[in-house]
Amino acid sequence: MDPTALISLSPAARKVEGHFVVNGEPHALFFAEHKTLLEVLREDLNLTGTKHGCELGECGTCAVLIDGEPQLSCLVLAQACQHRPIQTVEGMADGPVLHPLQEAFIEVGAAQCGYCTPGILLTAKALLAENPEPTRQDIKNALAGNLCRCTGYIKIYEAVELAAARMRGEPAVPTRESLYGY
Amino acid sequence: MATREAGKRGRGEAQKRAVVGTARPKVDAYAKCTGQTLFADDLVLPRMLWARLLRSPHPHARIVRIDTAKARALPGVLSVITGKDLPTPFGILPVSQDEEALCTEIVRFIGDPVAGIAAVDEDTATAAMDLIEVEYEPLRAIRSVEDAAENPTPQIHGYADSGNFHKLVHLEFGDLDAGFRKAELVREDLCFYEGNTHLPMEQHAAVAHATSDGKLTLWSSTQTPHYVHRALSKVLGMAPSRIRVIATPNGGGFGGKSDPFNHEMVVAKLSQVTGRPVKICLTREEVFYCHRGRHQALMKIRTGVTRDGAITAMDFESYLDGGAYGSYGVASTYYTGALQTVTYDVPVYRFRGARAFTNKPPCGPKRGHGTPQPRFAVETQLDKIAEQLNIDPAEIRLRHLVKANTVTANYLKIGSMGLGPCIEKVVEGSRWRERFRKLPYGRGLGLACSSYITGAGLPIYWNDMPHSGVQLKCDRGGGVTVFCGSTDIGQGSDSILAYIVAEVLGIEPVDIRVVTADTDLTPVDLGSYSSRVTLMTGQAAIQAAERVRVTMSGPVAAKLDVPVDRIVFAGGRVFDANDPERGMSFAEAVVTAESKVGTIGSVGSYTPPRSPGRYRGAGVGPSAAYSYSACVAEVEVDPETGIVRVPTIWIGHDIGQCINPALVMGQVEGSVYMGLGEALMEEMAYRENRNVVHKWPSLLEYKSPTTHEMCDVITYLIEEPDANGPFGGKEAGQGPLLPVMPAVANAIYDAVGVRIDEVPMSPPKVLKAIQAKAAGKDPRFGPKSVPTVPWPEAVYVPTPAEGGDGKAKAR
Repeated sequence: MDPTALISLSPAARKVEGHFVVNGEPHALFFAEHKTLLEVLREDLNLTGTKHGCELGECGTCAVLIDGEPQLSCLVLAQACQHRPIQTVEGMADGPVLHPLQEAFIEVGAAQCGYCTPGILLTAKALLAENPEPTRQDIKNALAGNLCRCTGYIKIYEAVELAAARMRGEPAVPTRESLYGY
Repeated sequence: MATREAGKRGRGEAQKRAVVGTARPKVDAYAKCTGQTLFADDLVLPRMLWARLLRSPHPHARIVRIDTAKARALPGVLSVITGKDLPTPFGILPVSQDEEALCTEIVRFIGDPVAGIAAVDEDTATAAMDLIEVEYEPLRAIRSVEDAAENPTPQIHGYADSGNFHKLVHLEFGDLDAGFRKAELVREDLCFYEGNTHLPMEQHAAVAHATSDGKLTLWSSTQTPHYVHRALSKVLGMAPSRIRVIATPNGGGFGGKSDPFNHEMVVAKLSQVTGRPVKICLTREEVFYCHRGRHQALMKIRTGVTRDGAITAMDFESYLDGGAYGSYGVASTYYTGALQTVTYDVPVYRFRGARAFTNKPPCGPKRGHGTPQPRFAVETQLDKIAEQLNIDPAEIRLRHLVKANTVTANYLKIGSMGLGPCIEKVVEGSRWRERFRKLPYGRGLGLACSSYITGAGLPIYWNDMPHSGVQLKCDRGGGVTVFCGSTDIGQGSDSILAYIVAEVLGIEPVDIRVVTADTDLTPVDLGSYSSRVTLMTGQAAIQAAERVRVTMSGPVAAKLDVPVDRIVFAGGRVFDANDPERGMSFAEAVVTAESKVGTIGSVGSYTPPRSPGRYRGAGVGPSAAYSYSACVAEVEVDPETGIVRVPTIWIGHDIGQCINPALVMGQVEGSVYMGLGEALMEEMAYRENRNVVHKWPSLLEYKSPTTHEMCDVITYLIEEPDANGPFGGKEAGQGPLLPVMPAVANAIYDAVGVRIDEVPMSPPKVLKAIQAKAAGKDPRFGPKSVPTVPWPEAVYVPTPAEGGDGKAKAR
């Protein structure tokens, strides 16, 4: 076929130009304008740390921070996110230094299969930014939109509490009951 | 050999262990918390195509015609294949080779695939689905077990035992009539357990890459790469030596990724046809159609007891709705009858099980595989018996526990048995004795117990080879690489390998690299199912590491000029036990040994001990070790709405020996969570008008516990080391789920005085029972009858107490 005709048939022909700021870095790219932020992050920017479990806004695994707020990237059109700060799990650590939430999740075993973990880490980060001293109930409320099938959420609560304490400057360690039982 | 060696490491050595028994991070936790873990759908290869499957909108129909011409003509579509391109059937069990990659003649449930498309992107593949024309001739659908019993035709599969009953089992252990004659109370109860599904957060995904040298690589979110390898070879007609299956880290499995799947075959074929890599990622709706979840089970249990609650005989019947294919169903059926005997002493026992084929998504193994349903029946009935006999539910259980190191009526060999301490712990923690039957109306406590296998005693296909293999390679720099076919599905199997090798070689887990789940690179491990991995790969790893120690000890002893039996591996060093200063680093020891004997590596393998049962059906139930769990649930029942809230669950689990207690805690808490979901809300329900259309194939409408529904969990880990376990360890991933549902049911009775003999115990059922009680009717919600089944003659096996030898006998 004539190359010009072929080009008009290609998916690329339906793309538009976009400018995104992800984890503090600017990205200029051409993307299909019907794509969600989730799809642009995963497919166009290869940031596959952001997961998907339903692509219908039901599970919370695709949560990212937009303007510091947790949002379900599967329900947000990428178009609407241009020029706004977007944070994904890949941007949580400060260079080689892990975020206290990441440290705590690793330490207490809050990530089992790890699939819901990025969405939960970012949602918890937003919670702690707003409320440095959350109660267990505050954490439950903040994470009520994030499904996890492995942990029963218990280790996740404990990790968030541990990270919160450390971020407040308290020398916290996991409880013995958390790691060894009662 | 490994078994004996592990047995020697009894409790006495516990203090000396550097790694085993201490909480520490999982080896893969860093990648999982930074977004670096690559799950199957995260993989991208150059020139990769996208696949979609066109699925049947009919529950049961003959395919009259498929026309793919318009789909093929769509720009961007590279290939469309149908059943005739992959006509060889497959299935996980050798006796149930009844699945097709794409249906050739008959579709058997809504969601059965009929065509596969490969296109340049997912949107194009999806658009092509609408362009495939399929003409169906609908057949009568079989909608339930009752429907299957009444309608032997049209038969869903011709190989069924009888009509639409896939499998009929009848086993009798000992003189049942004599057992019931000894009883002072005989109770008969009916229970119903709605099926439910795994709901892993990760949708199944696979990437296939067929290369022009005639080889094929498949990456897939599977729990059983070895079985996928075998099935791919069969369906593609290719030598297994040219197929490489790599299981990517699973974003949750719970049994739902244990079968070889049609989408794996289809992407492999599409890659061969197009010469390009092909990926598929199922939609969440499709994950519901893959299913293989908990069988719906109707059960009848008749138990005779003496006045002090000792069981004299048990007669158990299960009626399973298996869905459209065999899957693990034959094993599932046997499992609904296998483990009734391993918690409390049951001297004589009969089991009859029937699995129906119906036109619904196929059922299979979900966490607890076939045993949560009967456990619900046993534990709720025992609660009723205890009340009738005026014995405390904890006491009736404690009095009649199965004893350690005995053989049950159905020839299961019990090793260590820590249920007693588990019960004591949850009774104490929940203040059971002060609070049971004493809480105000609407609040209650319930208790239940359970047991589970630590790995199935037999492989899925008959063979004499090990169930698990491990290979070790020691680097001159002191690093050790562990190669093993096991698959990490989040349970921590990669970490377990590192901890165990580190323990035996006296090095740090961080100095160990683990390579797993790759049929080209790693020795076979059968897969992540039946709670087998820690025990079997652990024993294989111990053997491999001990062999490395033997290989290295000689040259090191010679160099240090000390007797070889004084060489110790600990603290990253290899040294003289009598003079620890005399030694060298582990890395120097590798160099010393390699200089002397060449490349340092080893292999280890493990096969579970043979069980004493020799009758047909004895293959399901035996295990190297049994874990035990006891649970107390506290509930708050709103009598106006029937809504049940569970504020706290106390759970005691006999783990044998923790390899990493933090991981055990996670498995126990996760099991309680999943059990709570099953108890209160989860159901694989079908629309009542036809009973074949899935009611809610979505994460929103399929109710699962969020942070708002999840209870507090108070966990007690009991360590009764088992001689067969690695360092004495037993399973944790499935057993603690089992007692949750009956504990909740028993607690509801304590709270409002009604029996909910069904799972899930959803608000409408609870409300109906409360209303029935108020109206002076039977205060119960549950099934009232069982279907008529053409049971086969019993396989009669005298029990060990009757002098039986494990073989069936004519009566």
